[in-house]
Amino acid sequence: MDFSAISPVALIVSLMAASTPILLAALGELVVEKSGVLNLGVEGMMIIGAVCGFIAAVTTGSPWLGFVFGAICGALLSMIFAILTQYLMANQVASGLGLTMFGLGFAALLGHKYSGIKPPKFHSIDIPILTDLPIVGPLLFGHDPMVYISILMVFVVWYFLNRTRAGLVLRAVGENHDAAHALGYKVIRIRIMAIGFGGAMAGMGGAYLSLVRVPQWTEGMTAGAGWIALALVVFASWKPGRALIGAYLFGGVTVLQLNLQAAGLSISPAYLSMTPYLVTIIVLVIMSADKARASLNAPASLGKLFHATT
Amino acid sequence: MTPLLHLSGLTKAYPGVIANDDVGFEIQPGEVHALLGENGAGKSTLVKMIYGLVRPDSGEMRLHGEPFAPTEPREARAAGVAMVFQHFSLFEALTVAENISLGMENPPENAALSDQIRQVSANYGLTLDPDRRIGDMSAGERQRVEIVRCLLQNPKLLVMDEPTSVLTPQEVDVLFETLRKLRDEGTSILYISHKLEEIRTICDNATILRLGKVVGTCVPSEETPKTMAEMMVGTELKTPSKRPYTPGPSLLDVHDMWLQSADPFGTSLRDISFSLHAGEVLGIAGVAGNGQDELLLALSGEERVTNDAIKLKGENVGNLGPNHRRLQGLLAAPEERLGHAAAPDMSLTENALLTGFTRQRLTNRGFVKWQATRNFARAIIEKFDVRTPGTENAAKSLSGGNLQKFVIGREIMQRPDVLIVNQPTWGVDASAAAFIREALLELAEQGAGVIVISQDLDELMEISDTFAVLSEGRLSRVRSASGVTIEEIGLLMGGTEVDNAAA
Repeated sequence: MDFSAISPVALIVSLMAASTPILLAALGELVVEKSGVLNLGVEGMMIIGAVCGFIAAVTTGSPWLGFVFGAICGALLSMIFAILTQYLMANQVASGLGLTMFGLGFAALLGHKYSGIKPPKFHSIDIPILTDLPIVGPLLFGHDPMVYISILMVFVVWYFLNRTRAGLVLRAVGENHDAAHALGYKVIRIRIMAIGFGGAMAGMGGAYLSLVRVPQWTEGMTAGAGWIALALVVFASWKPGRALIGAYLFGGVTVLQLNLQAAGLSISPAYLSMTPYLVTIIVLVIMSADKARASLNAPASLGKLFHATT
Repeated sequence: MTPLLHLSGLTKAYPGVIANDDVGFEIQPGEVHALLGENGAGKSTLVKMIYGLVRPDSGEMRLHGEPFAPTEPREARAAGVAMVFQHFSLFEALTVAENISLGMENPPENAALSDQIRQVSANYGLTLDPDRRIGDMSAGERQRVEIVRCLLQNPKLLVMDEPTSVLTPQEVDVLFETLRKLRDEGTSILYISHKLEEIRTICDNATILRLGKVVGTCVPSEETPKTMAEMMVGTELKTPSKRPYTPGPSLLDVHDMWLQSADPFGTSLRDISFSLHAGEVLGIAGVAGNGQDELLLALSGEERVTNDAIKLKGENVGNLGPNHRRLQGLLAAPEERLGHAAAPDMSLTENALLTGFTRQRLTNRGFVKWQATRNFARAIIEKFDVRTPGTENAAKSLSGGNLQKFVIGREIMQRPDVLIVNQPTWGVDASAAAFIREALLELAEQGAGVIVISQDLDELMEISDTFAVLSEGRLSRVRSASGVTIEEIGLLMGGTEVDNAAA
């Protein structure tokens, strides 16, 4: 065993990259759930984002276009869910599960010809002097732009939900859709916009997986990241800041256990592979242990169908 | 003088029912106008048209003489129409200021809005803290939020739908003070209620609706509650006659019962003690949210308490579930008809089975005896005059009054020793309500003990022999119902224990 090969700085840098996809997807789902909709299709939207982003980036040669296209495709897929649940009053749980299965299958079909290709490289930022500083340089100034965008989105989502009127209306719709309707707010329109935002964020997270994190296209490459994002939202008590902590914790333990496996720790790799899931869930359960407080944050209309009866 | 609001020929039909049929009346500036009618008379539909939630099929509305046809509440609010809803349209997890801001077109900055809220609430004697969460507030305080939300928009017409159903008598007085002040400032008020005494107190004119049609107008102060009620119903009303009460042997003894509420905004029960005797109707009054739901859950067995806290005919039943308690003779009918007392999508036969299968022996080794169950359901329908095409109709297809008769009838038909009902006539039309009260009295006359939890004081005064008040999860001393005044009850509901040794 040789733990000295594990460098803390390199570890943190790689954990941020490992966490970015689930952080993006979790932020999107957080907004969706705050509007009172439970979309279990995150995994499906992520993998569609992964394959579409990959195809766009390979075709155009621009990773940026890949992210944009991945987000658009994630949002388009989420519109299937939106039509089913908001207009046709389909059950949200069943529709979300269906969306995941459809997304996984459709992505495999789309990506058939793209296995084994390398996507164009997405460069990390490089600021002369600053990036070259020891420790601080790689930690603060050496990531790729999407890492910064994802952290910025944590703040944007928090500000939107807690400081803007549109965010207040969205929370109100998720809290009591009948009352919001009685006040004249367009419940269905607001929810559809939230669902679309959730789809775009999941798609962007998926594109990050195939363009930066892996980087190549393989079938089923999201490997449960969408489900982790869903769990994060609940355990983070619907708070963006906590979703950030949860995502980084998950990413951190994932990277750490890979390093430990590589260093030859004498614990079965099967157990090590479990640790990210276990640690994340345990920590977040402890954080949300105060049930009364947690249920105050939970949107009261979550998962309930809304039908305007006038 | 041009009327503030002029309605003529308003008609709105839904599939199978005409909710409003050629409705017309006028409201003058500075007038408090009552809209009277039973459930299903079309009051709500009419109000929704004025507030822009529903568009009329035909007819005309004029505000200040100008044509007025709001297509959404936003337009109605902009034109000066504000509305306080019967079921509060508030968001429990949000603060007072956030709730008020949601109801305004162009809300000011947070700090300025908080100042305005404090100012308006001080002007009208409605104390409010802008930063409190709605979930932590009482029903009376919540209504203040709704009213202040309306007042901040300087409305010309304030629509109030059943505003006093959740208030204590003292809170009603405060509300009426506010309404008078508004009227003197020139605001018109459209006041919807079926509490006739209140309408006599506050309203200048009344329009009476029955089955979607205007059937009369009157000046409430010149009428008696009885004449107005008969205009509403269209027939003469009989009030159930009360029989003399002599307490029989004790049936139910509750001693030092505590229950932690499972709902974060619920009320925990604290140190509940009382006895219920054979032949007794015990009325439990209190403003909604003071532990009524929890009390029903604890007594019915849906929530368990310490075993010796509840004694049924001398046996400890505190940690038994509902079916065991039913077998021993304790039955209950909760407040929420759709989803608690009855399963909305299931047929009446299936609903009859749900609480009846133990005492009526409707199952045989786990298999349902459908013929016997259907007969049981049919018996309830016949005995309790439930208007429905048959036993196989879904519970949700029945009107509120008919379903309530079915729910109460289902329990009474099982010949309980103790029956607990929560809000037995809430949202039920006057004739069905009278029928249900009569049935409860008859049950007590046959020697059962009946507990009626209700917010309707008139109802409790009418049927109870003994009387107690639930306030913040505590139950007052049980006293004889004869000789209790509305003022005393009001003080008790506000949480003050009145020491009345003579009672």
